[in-house]
Amino acid sequence: MKYAGLLVMPAGLFLALTALVLFPATPVRTAFVLCGLAVEVLGLGVAVRGHMEIPPENR
Amino acid sequence: MTDAVFALTLVLLLLAPLAIAGLALINAGLGRSRSASQSLLGCLAIVAVAAIVFALVGATFTGTQSGGAGHSFLFAGKPWNWLGAGPFFLGGLASALPQSQLALLFEFLAVALAALIPWGSGADRFRLTAGCATAAILAAIVFPFLAHWIWTGGWLTQLGQNFSLGAGFLDPAGAATVHVLGGLSAMAVIWIAGPRKGKFPKEGLSTAMPGHNAAYVLFGCLVALVGWLAFNLAGAILWLHAPLASLAVAALNTLLSAAAAVAATFAVTRARFGKPDASLCANGWLTGLVASSATAALVSPGQALFIGAVAGIFTPLMVELLELALSIDDPSGAVTCHAAGGLWGLLAGGLFAGQPGQLVAQLIGIATLLGLVLPLVYLLFFVLNRFVPFRADPDGERMGMDLHELGGGAYPEFVIHRDESYR
Repeated sequence: MKYAGLLVMPAGLFLALTALVLFPATPVRTAFVLCGLAVEVLGLGVAVRGHMEIPPENR
Repeated sequence: MTDAVFALTLVLLLLAPLAIAGLALINAGLGRSRSASQSLLGCLAIVAVAAIVFALVGATFTGTQSGGAGHSFLFAGKPWNWLGAGPFFLGGLASALPQSQLALLFEFLAVALAALIPWGSGADRFRLTAGCATAAILAAIVFPFLAHWIWTGGWLTQLGQNFSLGAGFLDPAGAATVHVLGGLSAMAVIWIAGPRKGKFPKEGLSTAMPGHNAAYVLFGCLVALVGWLAFNLAGAILWLHAPLASLAVAALNTLLSAAAAVAATFAVTRARFGKPDASLCANGWLTGLVASSATAALVSPGQALFIGAVAGIFTPLMVELLELALSIDDPSGAVTCHAAGGLWGLLAGGLFAGQPGQLVAQLIGIATLLGLVLPLVYLLFFVLNRFVPFRADPDGERMGMDLHELGGGAYPEFVIHRDESYR
């Protein structure tokens, strides 16, 4: 969980960059960039969730 | 660059270290009394390490000294300038263009500020050696890439020319390169080092661990204002080539953004707790300043007020969310103030800049920061933690970082009371 989220985040960036290259039309490009950001936010959420488990020695 | 503009920019850059001083005071005040000396010594050490490493390694890869020269590759018919190319060890700096010299000085101060941000989040458990090592990594690897991409002709700057996205990604005073980088690094430090012992007990809510000196924190906010004004104006001159006539508005926007933010945080905390909360108001002020780093030179005073007010509203709510719901122990509030505040400022810059495509350019920049910088910094810090452990041993944490790492406290005449948070 900890690392899966962090691995998903670059995938969102690649989606945003792909939209930049593939779609010259502004509305489609904007929509895909927003989708890329949404993927990053999902990845961040998973990473945060994974880090909520605190080892007993740190409690 | 005329002589007058050169002189003005140099004076501004001589005032910019006050942002570092303010942040150091805020970090020390928000930590515990038994770690105050280590906190302030750590600030000095981190600034020193960041400056030395940036001079030896990082400055080469920003390409600032060579006027933005860099390495590019062609993809989809467009050049992608991904790495700066400058002389090693600041060679030939004295003969570089005056503007390049000032830009390099700006970057030295910026990297020192960025490296300082995670230090406050690791307060009371983050070892001094590890703090210096993280500063070295940021100054050698991560900051130079971002500085080149955003300030000195890199691919994010070129989004305007290559893809007709406004003026390219705009970040005149380091909201991305300094604050979001610092805030995301703070998140990585918190995750790797873990929370302070006793912060999240096995049962019940998290333990309140208030800062030891609200006077340091609030005075630090005022000191930081001067530094921020200097950073914002110098950045507008260096990276946006703003005319002198526009600088007064940029300065006013900086002040208005911070003022609106602290007023909003004051109102929110008073409504929620019955009385305004000093440390959260300080965090609100700082978030307003961070948001202004992206927007002060781009927006009108009315828009700056709005941007600051939004920053001030979300600051206390997010600090509470991170601590109570997400178990993130961030004593200085760096994730909220620097990461979230910086991201909001960058987004607001796109919303209010008024150029077609500017919002998409800002979104691409934000996607780069979240999608690349956080995983990269986490990976680098994770590996570093194997060689230079971030966290002090439990005994050191219990006795305080001052005694553990320095052998003496910041307040030797104070009687330290027993800590009730250890159960």
